[in-house]
Amino acid sequence: MTTKSRTIFITGTRKGIGRFLAEHYVAQGHRVVGVSREAPDWTLAGYRHFRADVADEAMMRGVFHEVRRDYGGLDVLINNAGIASMNHVLLTPMKTLESIFSTNVFGTFLACREGARLMIAAKRPGRIVNFATVATPLRLEGEAVYAASKAAVESLTRVLARELAEYGITVNAVGPTPVETDLIRSVSKEKIAALLARQAVPRLGEMRDIANVIDFFIREESDFVTGQVVYLGGV
Amino acid sequence: MPPAITAESIAESVSRAIAAHNASEGTAIPAAADTALLGEGGAVDSLGLVRLVMTVERQVEDDFGVSLSLTDEKAMSQRNSPFRTVGTLTAYIGSCLAQP
Repeated sequence: MTTKSRTIFITGTRKGIGRFLAEHYVAQGHRVVGVSREAPDWTLAGYRHFRADVADEAMMRGVFHEVRRDYGGLDVLINNAGIASMNHVLLTPMKTLESIFSTNVFGTFLACREGARLMIAAKRPGRIVNFATVATPLRLEGEAVYAASKAAVESLTRVLARELAEYGITVNAVGPTPVETDLIRSVSKEKIAALLARQAVPRLGEMRDIANVIDFFIREESDFVTGQVVYLGGV
Repeated sequence: MPPAITAESIAESVSRAIAAHNASEGTAIPAAADTALLGEGGAVDSLGLVRLVMTVERQVEDDFGVSLSLTDEKAMSQRNSPFRTVGTLTAYIGSCLAQP
């Protein structure tokens, strides 16, 4: 791991995995900028928060403009913000698709576009890490819309990896298993147990498992690793 | 001529749908408003709920000559689903039919 201090932008930092990652990278001496719709109930020296909806183009352009002005560019973008909705396809309203695709796909796309522009303008070898999910390769029943939105994120990741390679920017994705967060709180214990049984390593993921993969993706030495999706748990 | 849409007539339609569901599935779900459908002690599992809701949807459409799509973001939520009891399902249908 490099010891050089970098500017790292993380979406969805108010709680859960996003907050963990913000603390993880601040602890390593990096400047961390985070964004979420609501203000967090915590503060941290070395961390700066912006309130914005990741799917709102005008708001996100404003946030990235401030990052460029105040930090001179961007080194790492981690697109953690995401929402899910457990439901059966026959009972799923269009509203669910609109909100999940807005945050997971449109939000990831917007941050990738604006973040890459900052990395290119500052001539920095950028790193973009997106969030996939094991729900996509597992074809997880009850998560059709979530899995489909993350399949779109995987495609974005692979194509952007090629489009941004000439600028020295890598684009990869980490695909977590269920982790104890709000995202899975409404899922029954039986469903989680059945899901874990389909993993090679049948346990809940921990936040450090996700950070470990991101640490690898964003290393300076990982400049030959791009367009990859790494699923946790042996899925 | 379809009956007027009232809480009572919707409850009767739901009751007919539950009877049809019981007949085809070999179940004995009571049509009482306080019958829990979802969660612990619920009368159906998640796939049973889907089938029951579809049956109710068709019955209400046939009885009232309306188009109805019983979908909801919280359909599977044990705490907030509009389908968690027969009574909440009936009330939810009423609110759907009341919308323009």
